[in-house]
Amino acid sequence: MKKKILFSSLIAALSLNVQAADLDISITNLTQGIYFTPIIASAHSADAHLFQVGQTASTELQAMAEGGDISGLQSVATAMSANSLSNPAGGLLAPGQMASGMLMTDSGNVSLSLAAMMLPTNDGFIGLDNWTIPTEAGTYTVYINAYDAGTEANDEIRGGGAPGTAGMPVPPPLENLIGKNGTGVTSAEENMMVHIHRGNLGDDDMMAGKSDVSNTVQRWLNPVAKLTVTVK
Amino acid sequence: MFNFKRTASIIALASVALIAGCSDDDDNNTPEMMDMDYRYQVTVSNLTHAQPLSPIAAILHEDGMLWQIGQPASAALEQQAESGDNSQLLAGYPYSASGSGVVMPGVDGVVEVSIKNNANALLTVSSMLVNTNDAFVGLNAIALADLMVGESMTMMGHVYDAGTEANNELANSIPGPAAGGAGFDATRDDVNFVAMHPGVVSQDDGLASSVLTQAHRFDNPSVKFTIVRMQ
Repeated sequence: MKKKILFSSLIAALSLNVQAADLDISITNLTQGIYFTPIIASAHSADAHLFQVGQTASTELQAMAEGGDISGLQSVATAMSANSLSNPAGGLLAPGQMASGMLMTDSGNVSLSLAAMMLPTNDGFIGLDNWTIPTEAGTYTVYINAYDAGTEANDEIRGGGAPGTAGMPVPPPLENLIGKNGTGVTSAEENMMVHIHRGNLGDDDMMAGKSDVSNTVQRWLNPVAKLTVTVK
Repeated sequence: MFNFKRTASIIALASVALIAGCSDDDDNNTPEMMDMDYRYQVTVSNLTHAQPLSPIAAILHEDGMLWQIGQPASAALEQQAESGDNSQLLAGYPYSASGSGVVMPGVDGVVEVSIKNNANALLTVSSMLVNTNDAFVGLNAIALADLMVGESMTMMGHVYDAGTEANNELANSIPGPAAGGAGFDATRDDVNFVAMHPGVVSQDDGLASSVLTQAHRFDNPSVKFTIVRMQ
């Protein structure tokens, strides 16, 4: 009996130690034609979230999803005492490319969340909500789906990235990759909660049509990203 | 803590005994080892609506990967992903096998592959979605070391794009029954790296020049892989 108690307290001590974890994180853009804006990955407490499916996007999530600005989410993460890996790609993560970084987590920050806007979209983002970080050392793979923040109509035409500004932001590499003069796919956003993105529609006319997105290049199927976490 | 130390010593003693036992065995004059065959049955279940799969390539290899996201496809993989012809791919690997024919939608394709004296082989499987420009499904260097005889593994497969041919969906560049066009073209007019496939658009969803219809669209997962260790 005494032995049993000692053994359990030993396990408890071990788990406490590994809760403060040393992680290697890499994110691969699995798509053929979609860019990711700066990525934020945060380790936080089990009850915290950067976003939740079925809930209204926070203004900080909206700023990330519509314009790629992660400063708001970074502040939210800091306020919840999270440990964050910010912008590991140093800008856009191009199709097929991988970005890596290290993340040291404080005790109690046992869940991982991640977000980055997808371009060209209106408010599409890659997202991971509250993934429990394994306590056992090893390498773990998580496939990431595309979400829609529900904050902007998916008109799929050139516009701006400021929250509330219609249309898609068009930073330099996208300038020559997307079309012009689209009349707009839709002006309504019917589901205003965070939801799984229905995908880009696009069209086959770079100079006209409804959409400025190319339907053979800038569509996607899930999963759109691969997260690899090595627990050391 | 005392108790824990004692447990640790017992474990240490046990290890010593185990090692001693092993070296005893090694000292025996056993006859020369027979070749040990490791044989696996690979089943590819086609989950698509109207995308026949080209003859399956099943390859057992020691290390490496036959493709990687973000890296250019090999010429042999390009050949299979654009035309369905797996012969170049298989030619590079002695422990490999081809499926006997096209695997139709809703059908299971089965192939057996074996390797000698290697319990730690990696399995790579690939097959083209023939009503596409260069889409393929595959298992990429799956470790088999933990699979015991009679055990099986099941995995769902997503669709890759070889990145070697633009997804123009034109009749003359799609080899499957939807088009009957040419398959392989050595020209690389696409991104030139392997990625996940964006899906086919089709003439019914806004690509006027496409030979494909709504029927040829697909989503992930598109195949189910089942691996059984037979021997």
